[in-house]
Amino acid sequence: MDLLDFVVERREQIAFQAFQHVSLVVQCVLLATVLGVALGVLCHRRPWARGLASGVSSVGLTLPALALIALVYGATRDGITSAVVAVTFYALLVVWRNAVVGLGGVDGQLLEAAQGIGMGRVRRLVRVQLPLAWPVVLSGVRVATQMTMGIAAIAAFVTGPGLGGLIFTGLARLGGAGALESALTGTLLVVALALVLDLLLVLLGRLTTPRGIRA
Amino acid sequence: MPDRSSTRPTTSVLDGDQDGVSGAAIDLVAVTKAYPGQGAPAVDSISLQVPAGEVVMLVGPSGCGKTTTLKMINRLIEPTSGTITIGGRDVLSLDGDELRRQIGYVIQAGGLFPHMSVATNVGLVPGMLGWDKRRTSERVDELLELVGLDPRRYRDRYPRELSGGQQQRVGVARALAADPPVLLMDEPFGAVDPITRQRLQDELLRIQDELRKTIVCVTHDFDEAVKLGDRIVVLGEGARVVQYDTPAEVLSHPADSFVSDFVGSGASLKALTLVRVDDLDGLQETTTARVGEPVADIAARARAAGDAAAVVLDGRGRPLRWVWVRQLEEEGAAVGDREDDLPTVDRRSTLNDALDAMLGSSYGGVVVTGRRDVYEGVLFIQTAIDAVQAARVADQERSAPVAGNDERSAQVLQQALPEEPGTEAGAA
Repeated sequence: MDLLDFVVERREQIAFQAFQHVSLVVQCVLLATVLGVALGVLCHRRPWARGLASGVSSVGLTLPALALIALVYGATRDGITSAVVAVTFYALLVVWRNAVVGLGGVDGQLLEAAQGIGMGRVRRLVRVQLPLAWPVVLSGVRVATQMTMGIAAIAAFVTGPGLGGLIFTGLARLGGAGALESALTGTLLVVALALVLDLLLVLLGRLTTPRGIRA
Repeated sequence: MPDRSSTRPTTSVLDGDQDGVSGAAIDLVAVTKAYPGQGAPAVDSISLQVPAGEVVMLVGPSGCGKTTTLKMINRLIEPTSGTITIGGRDVLSLDGDELRRQIGYVIQAGGLFPHMSVATNVGLVPGMLGWDKRRTSERVDELLELVGLDPRRYRDRYPRELSGGQQQRVGVARALAADPPVLLMDEPFGAVDPITRQRLQDELLRIQDELRKTIVCVTHDFDEAVKLGDRIVVLGEGARVVQYDTPAEVLSHPADSFVSDFVGSGASLKALTLVRVDDLDGLQETTTARVGEPVADIAARARAAGDAAAVVLDGRGRPLRWVWVRQLEEEGAAVGDREDDLPTVDRRSTLNDALDAMLGSSYGGVVVTGRRDVYEGVLFIQTAIDAVQAARVADQERSAPVAGNDERSAQVLQQALPEEPGTEAGAA
């Protein structure tokens, strides 16, 4: 049985798992973006908070994904929850750090100019700081998406949703009929979908970055 | 001139003073800024009176507190103590953001937001003041035209698509958008090349001629202060007022060695750019002749008037030559060709230019022309020098606004402050 037959034969199941996988990552990254930007806004102004952000995210990113997922599963006994927590956690660390860098990188002179013409704190944040930090935040979102596409696959280890199922069942039965195809299909689809998502994010960047600050 | 009634914000907390002048007077009384943990205050009890509609330049070495002083006027920096009023209203009692929407603020390189188009940048303050879209957009076009940028070409561009000088112009347009009575400028032309800077300075003078705002401008360039300022405040450390005077006075009578060091060399030469031939009131009549007039007649008239030379005019009264009488007698006729190196200046020229022409002239003077190059008289070196000295004396006798860091300055200013009009204006 070759790869193509395998895919055609199980196209419905594969499509469903692919959808689950992408849906999990997209929703979690979205949540992580909102949280990460909010955290970034809170802590980009104070040096100690900036240090905390970069420290926590560095250490956090070295945590093995498998260990984290297993730990959460041990506590919750729920595969979906474990997957959501793990994916959101890693995405959040990346977006948070980029948000801090992006917001902190906005020229202080510009912010003073904004204040000088009578913009209040909220208006400065919404109209000046966030739009100028957006390209950096968005590049964080791209990295987070790529990274968590892989991490989401591990969630299948604890019966989480997504393409990880194909990979794990394939690996568990290696040598058996269709086992290699299963693992390969899962892996290749994760990579392909990650590329598609990245392309979409690039497109989103083009649409949401004002012409004046486009690279 | 824009119709001010249509552009004046409806929620104005500050207002212009009197007709023709849209600016409002600014008074600082014993204003101090001290940062905790630092020994000497950054600004030590400065009192300063800025008359409505005038351009006051704050100059001084870096770290002298001039920028801090400026930023306390719009409360980007909150004073530790003291009183600041604009048009008689205590700015410390107003909401900071609301206050700043009523005060134009220009910084180096314009401080434009790179992610917003020119039109959006300029329309920010009107937008915050709640103007509707159409009025804001009309105002934006009006302002771009005022600063010399064609709205159709530039309104939709982004800052990075503009040259440094153009960015600075947009910065000025943005500051003027809501027609504020007061304009604060912090080293506005520091980031552009010398030629552009000069052009922008001329432009600002032209705009100020039209609008008559009260402008407080920080610079470290003394020549800029002389050129732009109606008055100059020379500040020492801790924003100590070393001298507060007209540019001419600062140049001719520096208060102490600190000021003269700061003024630099060539102070008297700089002063010459301040005076125009017109201001001198020193034009003299001399013998004039028409082309083709008999030489004997001209010579006789010149002798009778005691002139050694005569100016030959063409049919429209424009000067052609300035000739010695004995030269005329030798030639036998008043020849009509224009002398190439005839020393002539327009009556609006600066004394600097006039002297330049005089020094190149063998007659010890220069022919002055008026509209359409018509002859008006001659100006001699001695007259020019006398006139400058007389003007100096007259200048000294005028009453000058107060500035200082002592208690007396503060008291004088405190007494001069009008009653706070706050209550009834606030109720309206």
